[in-house]
Amino acid sequence: MKTRRIDNYGKINRDKILSFSWDKKNYKGFEGDTLASALLANNIGIVGRSFKYHRPRGIFSSGVEESGALVTIGSKDRRDPNVRATTQELYNGLEASGQNAFPNVNFDLAGINNYLGRFFAAGFYYKTFMGIPPFEWGRGTAIWMFFEKFIRKAAGMGSASGLPDPDTYEHAHDFCDLIVVGSGPAGVAAAIEAAEKKLDVILVEQDSLIGGNQLAENDFDNSQIKNQLENLGIKIMTRTTAFGLYDNCVVGLLERVTDHISEPNVNIPRQRFWTIRAKHIIVGAGAIERHIAFNNNDIPGVMTVNASKHYLNRYGVLTGKRIVIATNNDSVYETAHQLSEAGANVTVLDSRTNFEIETNKSFEIRKGYVPYNINGSKKIDSLDISKSEIINKSETINCDQVLLSGGWSPAVHLLSHRGVKPKWDYNNACFLPSDTNENITMVGSSRGLWNKNDCIASGIAGTTDALNRLGISKTNYFFPKPGGWKYPIQPLYEVKYKKSRSKSFVDYQHDVTTDDVRLAHREGFISVEHLKRYTTLGMANDQGKMGNIIGLSLMAELLNKEIPEVGTTVFRPPYTPVSIGALSGRNVGKHFRPLRVTPMHQWNIDHGAKMIEVGLYQRPWYYPKENETLSDSYIREASTVRKTVGICDVTSLGKIAVQGPDSTEFLNRIYSNGFSKLQVGKARYGIMLRDDGIVMDDGTSWRLAENEYFMTTSTGEAAKVMSWLEELLQTRWTNLNVNVTSVSEQWAGVSVAGPKSREVLNNCVDDSLVITNNNLPFMGVTSTFLKGNISCRIARISFSGELAFEVYVKSDFANTMMDLLWENAKKYDGCLYGLEALGALRVEKGHVTAAELDGRVTIDDAGLSKMASTKKSYIGSAMRKRGVLKNNDREILVGFFPTNLKETFNAGTIVCEKNNIKGQGIGRITSVTYSPELGHWIGIGFVKGGLDKWKDTTLVGADPVRNKQMNLKVVSPHMIDPKGERMYA
Amino acid sequence: MIRINCPYCGERDHSEFSYGGDATINYPSLDASEKEWTEAIFFRKNIKGFQFETWHHSNGCRMWLVVERSTVTHEIKSVKPCHPNLQKVVENNK
Ligand SMILES: [Zn+2]
Repeated sequence: MKTRRIDNYGKINRDKILSFSWDKKNYKGFEGDTLASALLANNIGIVGRSFKYHRPRGIFSSGVEESGALVTIGSKDRRDPNVRATTQELYNGLEASGQNAFPNVNFDLAGINNYLGRFFAAGFYYKTFMGIPPFEWGRGTAIWMFFEKFIRKAAGMGSASGLPDPDTYEHAHDFCDLIVVGSGPAGVAAAIEAAEKKLDVILVEQDSLIGGNQLAENDFDNSQIKNQLENLGIKIMTRTTAFGLYDNCVVGLLERVTDHISEPNVNIPRQRFWTIRAKHIIVGAGAIERHIAFNNNDIPGVMTVNASKHYLNRYGVLTGKRIVIATNNDSVYETAHQLSEAGANVTVLDSRTNFEIETNKSFEIRKGYVPYNINGSKKIDSLDISKSEIINKSETINCDQVLLSGGWSPAVHLLSHRGVKPKWDYNNACFLPSDTNENITMVGSSRGLWNKNDCIASGIAGTTDALNRLGISKTNYFFPKPGGWKYPIQPLYEVKYKKSRSKSFVDYQHDVTTDDVRLAHREGFISVEHLKRYTTLGMANDQGKMGNIIGLSLMAELLNKEIPEVGTTVFRPPYTPVSIGALSGRNVGKHFRPLRVTPMHQWNIDHGAKMIEVGLYQRPWYYPKENETLSDSYIREASTVRKTVGICDVTSLGKIAVQGPDSTEFLNRIYSNGFSKLQVGKARYGIMLRDDGIVMDDGTSWRLAENEYFMTTSTGEAAKVMSWLEELLQTRWTNLNVNVTSVSEQWAGVSVAGPKSREVLNNCVDDSLVITNNNLPFMGVTSTFLKGNISCRIARISFSGELAFEVYVKSDFANTMMDLLWENAKKYDGCLYGLEALGALRVEKGHVTAAELDGRVTIDDAGLSKMASTKKSYIGSAMRKRGVLKNNDREILVGFFPTNLKETFNAGTIVCEKNNIKGQGIGRITSVTYSPELGHWIGIGFVKGGLDKWKDTTLVGADPVRNKQMNLKVVSPHMIDPKGERMYA
Repeated sequence: MIRINCPYCGERDHSEFSYGGDATINYPSLDASEKEWTEAIFFRKNIKGFQFETWHHSNGCRMWLVVERSTVTHEIKSVKPCHPNLQKVVENNK
């Protein structure tokens, strides 16, 4: 196989040879190559198979607009599908392969789809889904269900590895005065002008080199520009794509840090996702050359003219020997000249007749000619051309390459992200950016300027615009007029070929043909947005960078309208694909969300705790001894608490200091029960409602002093309650003198529970008198000292229903407290107990937690009616009995036993009446446990009408998910010690 | 991204803040009728254009702020503390 690389051309480093593999065969390229240029140099024409028809596809472009050369890079867990070969830099050892083909892109069995084209026309998926008439008309989906798996396999692109991504990604942030997107002549001029005016500038370039389209010039050298930019202190970010513009001049960037490196340093992230907050944005993103639709315009060997120039002058690859260039504008002639100088035989077909181009006659110009059909299948054999007015076969040119230039589309994408609609420019046959009030200025060819001097002038004008808008200067400026060609462009989007069923591609990657667009129109899809979705035009990886305008022009013709009347589709971020890895950054695995641990976390683990996540918190779940299972362990722990004593880390509860002269009034307004008469040295359990009368949270508040309370909240609602209290004080009750401070992190808390808890504490406190039943009665609070002069707060609060104390010390003393308590608890055969045992103890007592208070439950539903004061108004009091909340068939908290006490059940079980087991039933079980005290399984939950209605009726627990069903007995939720004699002991 | 110029902390990303709601509601007194409360908590205008809304600088200074923001463009015209006394302090320190 002969190389297409030619001597004396290109900016590649020929001293540095890189080897790479394509479809498991080894090839060589040079440093500075892209995968595309290296494939072309090695004469590899077919690099992919198309989406629906599996037609062979080659390399169409030299940049981000590529819609043919989508390949898979890497293998195993580093397999990266749908990579544009045109932007993938070559490195030593790169593994690449073609996709969407079996066994390979050269010989693909699914190529048969090419001959079944009419079944794959526009709307194919929708129609299949609707059923095939007349057999299945309107009846549906059976045929779709049958064929789906085959279709999905046949129509697709590369596949992901399915393995965890081994690479790291990073989120990074920066600020600047001005961010310039694009390092072509306009962007560079803008950046230099701005830096000279003392602005802090970031220059972003998606390519590995700065220069923009100048990199396609044979005499371009960017080293001087680079020096100048660096000397001015401009931050240059290459291999970085500005993929989206957002509110307030925020720009999203994707920096590809190691995608071009053979063996990257493992300490460097693969990609960085940047959020840049700028004061002004200048976009010099360039323009994208369009192709032309005509029959077989996708045969490998078709390329844009500008791409061919890139391959020649940047990579030293002459992409064809007998080249036909088809165009409608002036931009191709320099390329034509250079290609012929490099040794190609070049013919230019220019659809225009009225123009004069000075050439050295090294290539032929056919005025008024257009291409209408390519002959060949895997490569170009010849091109049928004709006079542009009437297409009938007039002439065939033998050639191996067809280069197309149907005009240029300014890259207005980023501005479109801000909702700014571009306007159609008839003179230049393209959309131009509209003005915006936001601090965004478009410069260079992305505002329709086709020559370099105009681009430079626009860059300087752009910076002047920025300085004016930022209030730094007030200087007049003007932008050069769009255009810059000597002879006007003549619109040319499609060359129609009379032969039936031509395949003129508008969107290469999604195989959308001109016939598809016409079919969509016949079927009534008139709006551009509908057309786009029905045909999938412009919805592939390239997002219609090349084909969109052709599609619009066809629609305009069908509707008898002009292009601007048809409208344009809205471009949305990202400009080019952004990997999910970059979006998630470091927030993966353990770092998916923050991890909160209590100050005695390590102590708990050292003492055998198995941990469980509760919200963000890691809490002890159970403390197994030897070979105990979870259930062995929690049953032992719960029994020990009821028998002697247990210690449980309750630090994760929210803790709020409420201080100030109006604290009592404040609490009295936010809790449903009365707080006005709570004495200093006492705590009270309280329930907070939302404005709409539903229960928000429950907890206790301890009156430490006249104007000071210590409030605890549930673990899950701690942050919400804190915000809520702040909201009330700062927005609603601004005359209350109250301050709230979160002290959740400041205090470490344990519950010491069980009949021996006071005896344990007696040995731990400095003065055991303070915790006698007299001095510290049920719900009493005291501030005292643990042995070793450790100040602490103790309240006699019970969640387990036993005699129990909550002890809080400053977080730094958590381990000391645990050592002290544990040492003494062991003397009474006590235990450490975790969340599972805590759950068992509270279910036995019918205490509600987040599983019950799920945001739908009223205070009455939760069986806590007596917690709703009738003597005062409070948040939610007006609404708690509104409308449906007063219905008497609401689900009320009850306890459940399995009728057969040997049976078990699960939380989530639906409660039904015996002969009516369906739907949502009449209730649900929310929490279950084995009750060591009762010796069987128990649960709490809700049932319509509550205990009174069902206490003598057997109900059914339906658990269809686990395929279980059991008879249930409804009981009081207070299953143990209903009078609370133990707590008061 | 919306950037909010917190009177205490300076201009910060909206991800530091939590959205509250309509800042123009006068919540009725706690003993007001169900009807008044229904009006206050369930009925909201769907404004196209500038509206006053509360934001909580939850990952910052913890202050509740009144933000005058366009629902169309996200442009922010003003940011003030919700608490009237603090509003005055901020105003006087300008
Ligand atoms: Zn703040």
